[in-house]
Amino acid sequence: MAPVIEIEDLVKDYRLGEVPVHVLKGISFDIEGGDFVAIMGPSGSGKSTLMNILGCLDKPTSGVYRLDGVSVAHLSRDQLAEIRNRKVGFVFQQFNLLARTSAAENVELPLLYTDIPAHERHERARKALLAVGLGGWEDHQPSQLSGGQQQRVAIARSLVNSPRIILADEPTGALDSRTSLEIMAIFQRLNREEGITMIVVTHDPDIASYSNRNIHFKDGRLKRDVRLAQPRDAHRDLADLPADRQEEESPA
Amino acid sequence: MKKTAASIRIALRALKVNRLRSALTMLGIIIGVAAVIAMVGVGAGATARIQEQIQSIGSNLIILLPGSVSTNGVRLGSGAVATLTEDDAKAIEAECPSVALAAPTVRGGVQVVYGNNNWATNVQGVTPEYITIRDYTMLSGEFFTAQDVDAAAKTAVLGETVAQNLFGDSDPTGQVVIIKNVPFTVAGVLTPKGQSPTGQDQDDVILLPISTAMQKVLGANKANAKAVGAIMVQAISPQAMDQAIQEMEALLRERHKILPGQDDDFTIRNLTEVFEAQETSAQVMSILLGAIASVSLIVGGIGIMNIMLVSVTERTREIGLRQAVGAKTGDILLQFLVEAVTLALLGGIIGIFVGMTASLLISRFAQWTTQLSPLSILLAFLFSALVGVFFGYYPARKAAFLDPIEALRYE
Ligand SMILES: Nc1ncnc2c1ncn2[C@@H]1O[C@H](COP(=O)(O)OP(=O)(O)O)[C@@H](O)[C@H]1O
Ligand SMILES: [Mg+2]
Repeated sequence: MAPVIEIEDLVKDYRLGEVPVHVLKGISFDIEGGDFVAIMGPSGSGKSTLMNILGCLDKPTSGVYRLDGVSVAHLSRDQLAEIRNRKVGFVFQQFNLLARTSAAENVELPLLYTDIPAHERHERARKALLAVGLGGWEDHQPSQLSGGQQQRVAIARSLVNSPRIILADEPTGALDSRTSLEIMAIFQRLNREEGITMIVVTHDPDIASYSNRNIHFKDGRLKRDVRLAQPRDAHRDLADLPADRQEEESPA
Repeated sequence: MKKTAASIRIALRALKVNRLRSALTMLGIIIGVAAVIAMVGVGAGATARIQEQIQSIGSNLIILLPGSVSTNGVRLGSGAVATLTEDDAKAIEAECPSVALAAPTVRGGVQVVYGNNNWATNVQGVTPEYITIRDYTMLSGEFFTAQDVDAAAKTAVLGETVAQNLFGDSDPTGQVVIIKNVPFTVAGVLTPKGQSPTGQDQDDVILLPISTAMQKVLGANKANAKAVGAIMVQAISPQAMDQAIQEMEALLRERHKILPGQDDDFTIRNLTEVFEAQETSAQVMSILLGAIASVSLIVGGIGIMNIMLVSVTERTREIGLRQAVGAKTGDILLQFLVEAVTLALLGGIIGIFVGMTASLLISRFAQWTTQLSPLSILLAFLFSALVGVFFGYYPARKAAFLDPIEALRYE
């Protein structure tokens, strides 16, 4: 498969007063369509900065970034917004759900910025919630959901637009290990069954072991890039866990 | 189109979530619009009332008074000089082409008695032309005729106020009243006219044939038995007023043998013009009231801007998220603009109702005439929408151009 992401000599500087801060110091790699990549590295090494650029939320200072073969360097604000809407799904560490808004409406959010008619929006939101195991939870508000459920609503939101790529910046950072595993199981299924390219930032080598490829960062440079011969299967690991909380899955 | 509908829905949701704040924000606009509606209503009412009063004195009216304005710089009271006569009135009507009618009048204060009732009022001696000139109609009975004037008949027409005070609700027609010990048969009662533009009760009057008034009631002028107090003149049209004044001046100067360079011995007043000045000042007042009230509407607009800025700051993360999932600059701009305009319009609609109620209460309890015009209501509505757009634009723009990453990271 052709690379969905191509970056060459990517540089990102921030200006803090007079002194430029070099956050990304020339990074090059490709990501194949359908791959599952974990990006690792210590705090402050530039992982989030890279994810923002990959998600077209930010532009590099220099270097080339091609998404689906298209260089984003000269795209306008609104063209970038369009790409984010059509090709990219985001999952954040802090979920970023709208408070006092139902799960279904949260999931629908990206569709509000398309021309998709209302009934189809509702239908797609319902299906996306079903895909993350939250069928029946449509009318619940974030405050009525557990952390893991909230993150699954966020995942449903990221995939409601049928994106090419899902970018998840420390998606399990705020979750316990079991819930983290559930999230990884969903990611693996989306990756294998839907062919969505997954890029996940994590500190946790355990989480990274469910991906196909680990990219290590340090001080804004690529340190190590390893392909895993035998990625672990989150579904199987989940099944092996003692079944202490399985009954949680029906809405109150 | 669908996206616009979506933006409106998002905006309405946000307003519903913050109900109390939305209501308080609207309060500024409500007060502003209500003030505009009520004040313009008061102003329009005052103008309408003055217009009505101007109508009531009669149309195309010119009044001739004896004596000159510039006699030693002071005008002597009418009657003190006896320079206008009944013959002048006849000559004016006959010889000035721009004059339709000329009616000589004399007036004076009298006590009028009916049975045990008596009433102090004004007597006016007039000819039948007078009621045409003044646009009087009869509530009951008939006005006296030219023959009555020639015969100095002892007949009287009462104003409504006089009739009420002497006869209560019964019809005075045919009854006999005593004025200066002279019995007068009441010929009829005038349809009431209400207040004059100068605030006088136009119905507190008794009309007598001018001949009778001069001979039996007021007494003829000692210097000139034919002298009258004033001549009321009606021009043939509003456009002919100036022409009529010029013709009368020329005629009277000739009749009174005034040499070129000498002052007139009479004064001509265009009453319509005098009262139109009052109307203009009432209109100026209503514009002023409206302008002052508009200031509060602008203050209300600033309130909206203030709350919208707070709202944008509070919802920075939400804005960042919307941008991350694909909201374009225009989408965010529209969302916040719709919020501001909705606040302003909703406030405007409520304000219109409050203003209409206030206007009703003012006319009920302060006894002021108020007048609500659909135009002022429409304008208030459009103006509040404009306030929403104007004061909502800056906060909306600020939201739309936030940097998505910084917005997402905002604590
Ligand atoms: N807007 C910014 N202005 C200045 N410095 C920034 C900004 N964003 C990130 N940085 C800096 O860039 C570095 C990398 O940050 P980040 O990409 O968030 O790291 P990571 O996600 O790997 O922890 C950090 O040192 C951070 O302080
Ligand atoms: Mg980070």
